Amino acid sequence: MSLPEGGEVYHMNIIILLIGISLTIGIIFLVIFLWSMKSGQYDDTYTPSIRMLFEDKKKKEHGKGDK
Amino acid sequence: MKSIVNEDVPVAQAVTCFHCGQPCEETLWLDNKVFCCYGCKTVFEILNDNDLCEYYTLDKNPGISTKAEEGVFAYLDEPDIRKKVIGFDSPSFASVQFNVPAIHCASCIWLLEHLERLNSGILKSEVNFAQKSVWINFNPQKITLSTIAHLMARVGYAPQIRLEKETKKKNADYGLITKLALAGFCFGNVMLFSFPEYFGLDNSENSLARLFSWLNLGLSIPVFFYSANDYFRSAQASFRQKQINIDVPIALGLIALFARSTYDIITATGPGYLDSFTGLVFFLLIGRWFQNKTYESLAFDRDFKSYFPLAVHKLFRNEWKPVVIYDLHSGDQIRIRHMEIIPADSILLDEKAYVDYSFVTGESKPVKVLQSDLVYAGGRLIGQPVTLVVEKKTSQSHLTSLWNHDAFRKVEESQYKKIIDRAARRFTWIVMVIALITAVYWYFISPAQMWLVLTSVLMVACPCALALAAPFTYGNMQRVFGHHQFYLKNADVIERLATIDAVVFDKTGTVTAGQKPDIGFIGELSKEEYGWIKELTSYSTHPLSSLLTKFIRETSNSTISEFKELPGKGIEGKINDHILRIGSAPFAGCTEKIDSRSSLVFVSVDNNVRGYFTISTLTRENIKPMLDRLRDKCSALLSGDNDADRSKMAELFSPSVQLLFNQSPHDKLDFIRSLQSQGKKVLMVGDGLNDAGALKQSDVGIAITDDTGVFTPACDGILHGDQITQLDNFLKLAKSSTRILKTAFVISFLYNAIALTFAVTGHLTPLTAAILMPVSSISVVGFSSLAIKSLRFKVEPA
Repeated sequence: MSLPEGGEVYHMNIIILLIGISLTIGIIFLVIFLWSMKSGQYDDTYTPSIRMLFEDKKKKEHGKGDK
Repeated sequence: MKSIVNEDVPVAQAVTCFHCGQPCEETLWLDNKVFCCYGCKTVFEILNDNDLCEYYTLDKNPGISTKAEEGVFAYLDEPDIRKKVIGFDSPSFASVQFNVPAIHCASCIWLLEHLERLNSGILKSEVNFAQKSVWINFNPQKITLSTIAHLMARVGYAPQIRLEKETKKKNADYGLITKLALAGFCFGNVMLFSFPEYFGLDNSENSLARLFSWLNLGLSIPVFFYSANDYFRSAQASFRQKQINIDVPIALGLIALFARSTYDIITATGPGYLDSFTGLVFFLLIGRWFQNKTYESLAFDRDFKSYFPLAVHKLFRNEWKPVVIYDLHSGDQIRIRHMEIIPADSILLDEKAYVDYSFVTGESKPVKVLQSDLVYAGGRLIGQPVTLVVEKKTSQSHLTSLWNHDAFRKVEESQYKKIIDRAARRFTWIVMVIALITAVYWYFISPAQMWLVLTSVLMVACPCALALAAPFTYGNMQRVFGHHQFYLKNADVIERLATIDAVVFDKTGTVTAGQKPDIGFIGELSKEEYGWIKELTSYSTHPLSSLLTKFIRETSNSTISEFKELPGKGIEGKINDHILRIGSAPFAGCTEKIDSRSSLVFVSVDNNVRGYFTISTLTRENIKPMLDRLRDKCSALLSGDNDADRSKMAELFSPSVQLLFNQSPHDKLDFIRSLQSQGKKVLMVGDGLNDAGALKQSDVGIAITDDTGVFTPACDGILHGDQITQLDNFLKLAKSSTRILKTAFVISFLYNAIALTFAVTGHLTPLTAAILMPVSSISVVGFSSLAIKSLRFKVEPA
């Protein structure tokens, strides 16, 4: 227990910074998850996996509007 | 699968259609490919013309048979309806979502996502496989909504139009997941900030501990106010009804834990129990989510299989054929006969009709309906058969709810339901008292532990497993019955079925069946008159009428007016100004006494008795072993006919069984009553036509049907004629399911008792309690489902 005063304050600051970063990242991911769910990305997990296998030999008359 | 091969073309057996893969009854050729019908061929031609044949390479025979008539979609362009169906609308761009139940494979997705090649008005289409729906963007100036629907129907993907939007359930599920995600996030972080606490902190780092405590509190607030709010809301609702439901202890536990922790943190007296609190909510929500999923997967089948197959006659290319009512679509023409139920909201095509709405309104006086008026689903037609056009598809559940209408409810309520209701209410009080005593006890022993123990007790004692056992056991049983073409009104019937100790049979249509009857006519009739008789009998649903309709080959183009059916007597009608009466001897005006071994149906034209049909129906196959197995439970046979069949019936039934003939509907009812006054629980099996009163009076009334379901709301169950040989097995199954239910009760009670002991003595943390709670409900539900499943294999017909 011979840490000088300044050392403890230094530790505190680092920990507070780390907490801030970890919480921010966590919240960002939480928000991303909630957004992806609300926007319907988990509605249908089957069709997109099939759709990407279709070979599109159609003439390019329509602009491709894929999501 | 039978396949009738065209005689001219000696092709191999089992030729299957290139488009839909079904065996072809007649073969159509195009490009060396076989098609079963013009519908399938047309679809192929459309796809071929538009260079869409890749459809066939993705999956083998991906098409849907288009034998079913295409629907009529013109009504989609009505502004009112269009507004309801369409999602987004502007002059040059609109989008719509269609439900397409036919979606089943990769080819379906491919074709439906390339709809723009069929019509340039379609801009883009996207399939949602899970929901079996297609989202279509289109240009309303180039293509109308009805054209799109028609186009899809032509390639075999007729959209199902539902005017009510069903998005509520989806949102509820999302709400739960959002709550779960939030609780999980907060729980993880709270645990992280509690680490120093777990390992023990130095006093010198006190300020850090305070910071962590405040962070924990901040993270717990959304959990308390958002994630857990379902429990509080449900508890609050139950208070408003001056009752206590099973969510109350949970809500109390959560509040206790949160309030105490907040107090500790604000006054700096301790770190609180926020890790336990957030974890508790997290696991409770996981449990709830898992429960929902389990129930969904277990209950899914029920919607389709345990509903009775009510059928109606639908017009297929100038021919009336019976179809199941969920195959009806708007625009279909249907024919309804006397006493049949109108299955969907429809428009009357004939001049007039009389409809009895007693199932809907309770008022039994028939209402007169005029041409092109709307007739509502659930009405029963009285008198002459009529033709209707279906306006709106009805859900089977609507009719089932009619079946469960108060007017047909048996007086006694389900016993188990009563027990559970009472138990659940008392249980909650008992839990609260136990929790209070425990809290007081721990306050003196170890105050620090008190809050956790209190919460564990409140969590673990939740009696939800108890409440779920009955609906699941009986619900599953109902499904098993449905599998064997035995359709019950509701799950309570099983409970009553288990207590049956007397079985009464009706004769015509029940013990005897319509297969290959021996019919003859004694007397004289002209060909024309035969045709009239056929016309008249086709109006009636009585088993003998159906037999005669099938037997007579002559047809008549005249129509019947003033049709009347008198239960237990006969039918009457006016045709070409002649009054035709068909029925029992006194009804037709015959005074002679004729001895015969068959059923006699007398015919009179303009009050002159012209003779009689002799109909000897055969008894159903394999019915004797069933009757033998029923043994002394089988107590009587009631027949409205004369005693011509007495000797035949005496062979079938054991000598102790009463055989009663010439019974009027009222006699049958009285007989059931007298059995009941002897303290017996009576099961009545009949055709539901002239024994409706008896079916209603009996403890369980079962109506037997052969091809079409004549809907008799007075009965508790509908059994397919072929399955009557399984009747004793059904009774046995009902008994076993009651046993299973009792076992499930014992299991869930033991669960609660044991877990409560651990909780009260402080050996169970709130977290374990939160995990145990859903596990117990799921295990009880799982037990009953598995037990029923194993029964089902045992009782499969030998």
